[in-house]
Amino acid sequence: MRKVGVFVCHCGSNIAGTVDVEKVAQEAAKFPNVVFATDYKYMCSEPGQQVIKDAIKEHNLDRVVVASCSPRMHEPTFRRCIQTGGLNPYLLEMANIREHCSWVHPDKAKGTVKAIDLVRKAAAKVVKNEPLQKSSINITKRALVIGGGIAGIQVALDIADAGFPVTIVEKEPTIGGRMAQIDKTFPTLDCSACILTPKMVDAAQHPNIEIISYAEVDKVEGYVGNFDITIRKKARSVDMNKCTGCGTCWEKCPTKVDSEFDMQLGKRKAIYTPFPQAVPNKPVIDREHCLKFKTGKCGICEKVCPTGAVDFTMEDELITQQYGAIVVATGFDQFDHSVYGEYGYGKYPDVITGLHFERLVNASGPTMGKIKRPSDHKVPETVVFIKCVGSRDEAKGKTYCSRTCCMYTAKHATLMAEKVKGSKSYIFYMDVRTPGKGYEEFYKRTQGEYGAQYIRGRVSKVYPKGDKLVVRGEDSLLGRPVEIEADMVVLASAMVARSDAGDLARTLGISYDKDNFFTEAHPKLRPVETHTAGVFLAGACQGPKDIPDSVAQAGAAAAKAIGLLAKSQMETEATVSQVDESRCSGCLLCKSICPYKAIDVKIIAERVGGKTVERQVASVNKSLCQGCGACTVACRAGSLNLLGFTNEQILAEVEAVCL
Amino acid sequence: MQPINLTSALAAGKDLVAKVQTASGVDVKACYQCGKCSAGCPVAFAMDYTPRQVMRMLQLGLAEETIKSRAIWLCAQCETCSARCPRSLEPAKVMEALRIEAKRAGFEADDEIATFNEKFLRSVASNGRVFEAGLIVGYNMATVQPLKDAGVAPSMLAKGKLKLFPSKIRGRDVINRMFTKAEKMEADNK
Ligand SMILES: Cc1cc2nc3c(=O)[nH]c(=O)nc-3n(C[C@H](O)[C@H](O)[C@H](O)COP(=O)(O)OP(=O)(O)OC[C@H]3O[C@@H](n4cnc5c(N)ncnc54)[C@H](O)[C@@H]3O)c2cc1C
Ligand code: SF4
Ligand code: SF4
Ligand code: SF4
Ligand code: SF4
Repeated sequence: MRKVGVFVCHCGSNIAGTVDVEKVAQEAAKFPNVVFATDYKYMCSEPGQQVIKDAIKEHNLDRVVVASCSPRMHEPTFRRCIQTGGLNPYLLEMANIREHCSWVHPDKAKGTVKAIDLVRKAAAKVVKNEPLQKSSINITKRALVIGGGIAGIQVALDIADAGFPVTIVEKEPTIGGRMAQIDKTFPTLDCSACILTPKMVDAAQHPNIEIISYAEVDKVEGYVGNFDITIRKKARSVDMNKCTGCGTCWEKCPTKVDSEFDMQLGKRKAIYTPFPQAVPNKPVIDREHCLKFKTGKCGICEKVCPTGAVDFTMEDELITQQYGAIVVATGFDQFDHSVYGEYGYGKYPDVITGLHFERLVNASGPTMGKIKRPSDHKVPETVVFIKCVGSRDEAKGKTYCSRTCCMYTAKHATLMAEKVKGSKSYIFYMDVRTPGKGYEEFYKRTQGEYGAQYIRGRVSKVYPKGDKLVVRGEDSLLGRPVEIEADMVVLASAMVARSDAGDLARTLGISYDKDNFFTEAHPKLRPVETHTAGVFLAGACQGPKDIPDSVAQAGAAAAKAIGLLAKSQMETEATVSQVDESRCSGCLLCKSICPYKAIDVKIIAERVGGKTVERQVASVNKSLCQGCGACTVACRAGSLNLLGFTNEQILAEVEAVCL
Repeated sequence: MQPINLTSALAAGKDLVAKVQTASGVDVKACYQCGKCSAGCPVAFAMDYTPRQVMRMLQLGLAEETIKSRAIWLCAQCETCSARCPRSLEPAKVMEALRIEAKRAGFEADDEIATFNEKFLRSVASNGRVFEAGLIVGYNMATVQPLKDAGVAPSMLAKGKLKLFPSKIRGRDVINRMFTKAEKMEADNK
């Protein structure tokens, strides 16, 4: 015979207001195995917990039911409480008579009946509870950062400074990300390169940081604390050990290609670094355009290279390393506005995007910082900026607000006024969103001091007329259609997830939202964690963000990763799935169903008819299993059981309320 | 300008707005007043309220004012607004629903528009399709501007864009049945 104690909480008036808590306790005292039942104003408070601990001693309780709120918040509290009272923490059950009862039922009489039923259920289950133990795993003290934009660089520096080795895997030939493309940064207008380049160099020189550029994550195996990561180093065609970055090769290379870094507004060579301050400052060969790869002829770079670093035979290389923590910082892409027929399907050369504009004002950009429009290289005098292009548009774009474009458009108008004297900027907006420190003031200066004309309304059409672009909108404050003859139109295109974000999420086993941004574990309380233990998020890959927010989030993600790496061992949950090997048929249906890749195959030896035979069964990795229970439902033999939620426990609950 | 009493406006317009929403299938609350519809509308320049303003008035319950407006009658049903609306709303359908309500309530923007509609429908009823030349002459006579479009007639005739005599379609009885049915529906609605 078990000795169960039941503790009913009033939660102030939250529960007691709609449930007769004293009656619940009285009724609970009559349930089988219950030897003690009481109620108290706040069970989670210090004195409330003391009531439980005292009762355990006094009545020799071996099981405890707390009827209160959702276990989400206070299950750990009460587990700790009974543990200090001398019981195994898993000998606790909670009956949620708040969220599941008092908060949703107005009728006190009926609410009380339901609360009694919920307690009856918990009391029936707790009798079947068994003591469980947490297990622990070792932790590999090394972090992987995927993506070397400002967010990834900041994460790497913070973790490396804390004394742990970090690898940055960057897809492009250089780290730096979007910030390297940007000219000046709002709201202070400091030059982007001046604040980014030192950080890139710091990362390159840090003894704890290894940068693997022109590489991608191919495969992720293992689990928190012990990820086995396969990294694909793409064939660079240049030996990093021999190359000194002298630049002779790209000077002599005869093949010119549109530069991705310059948004196709400038040229690079087939052997190239994306920009002069690249880190690592060693080139790659773009095999798609290189003459040697296309026609077999040329090979000039190989001939001119003083160190013999060019190697046309190089192949992709796969390396596998163990990591304890992963931070994803893969950033964003720009929305492709070619879906807008009314803005010219992306075909008018002088209708450009924000990032194009950044390259046009940048002193190291294709025009040396002189703003010239792409079609005829004339200096534009009237420029129209259209905001929310692809953002806040459920018909053709994204439903969300991209957060940065109100500010960068104000920045662009300011730069227009500074660089082209006498020019006029018109900005079509629906709202001006400036919720950052110094942002509203910056916007006001753009409008006042720099004379940008803000017009409230969404542009309906842009069409060419001679060498001008006619922009038609409504000034919705006046209620009249307006027209502007512009020299150039700049679209504040939405920030969207990287095109391969979904693939990466599947490789990592993390979730992503309808727009392919990676999802955080909790929108308020766990903003840098994912649902997969040991994988964290930083920067714009989680949602549109500006640089200050990306850097802040990077620091937070680094702190979480450091917190994990600083432990020598890590505790894992005790409520995991368990295989009854004698019943398992080895069909491995469970293996394909487990979302956490926690189930593997194991060979066991058995004595059958006097002979030893080997056969395969499922085996659950306790550190990986998150206790979701999906496998237990799938198992046809009923050989899987979720500890803490065994079939017997659940049936006991069902019997308690249904029979 | 008189202030609008929003409390009473919302209450007074509730039924009419609901009718317009059901008939058009458009949830006017979803409009975020961006003005893209009005910027692209080819006749907005002549309207008393832009399509965006019509949406706004419905949001505030000023339904009666919208059905008395000239805008709903000027709308050409070209659907540019509906094609470009970032919220996938269809202002064109709202305009159409408002016209029906206006007609039921006995409002018509002005005599010219009423005359045009009247002549247009009569032409369809008797020929099975519009007889453009007849419509234009009839309308211009009725509105006392007999020579208004005379200048363009010769070149349109030459290009075969205008016919001198009505061409009647086969199956006019089917068209007639449509007219009868529509009239009956209207009568039932009264
Ligand atoms: C036109 C424009 C102007 C802006 N101006 C400002 C400004 O003035 N001030 C401001 O605060 N913010 C500005 N922003 C916002 C700023 O660009 C972002 O906040 C910032 O770049 C986000 O940094 P990130 O590291 O998260 O992403 P990114 O800069 O996008 O970096 C991500 C990195 O990850 C790499 N990567 C991607 N996928 C993979 C993969 N699968 N494997 C490995 N590596 C991968 C990318 O190559 C890249 O290097 C502007 C944005 C735009 C579009
Ligand atoms: S010439 Fe050789 S050493 Fe110089 S940058 Fe090119 S590959 Fe490197
Ligand atoms: S930040 Fe401004 S421009 Fe960008 S989507 Fe949001 S409201 Fe539109
Ligand atoms: S589904 Fe069941 S029987 Fe099949 S392998 Fe998994 S545990 Fe074994
Ligand atoms: S385009 Fe759509 S959302 Fe914008 S004002 Fe017109 S109806 Fe409203």
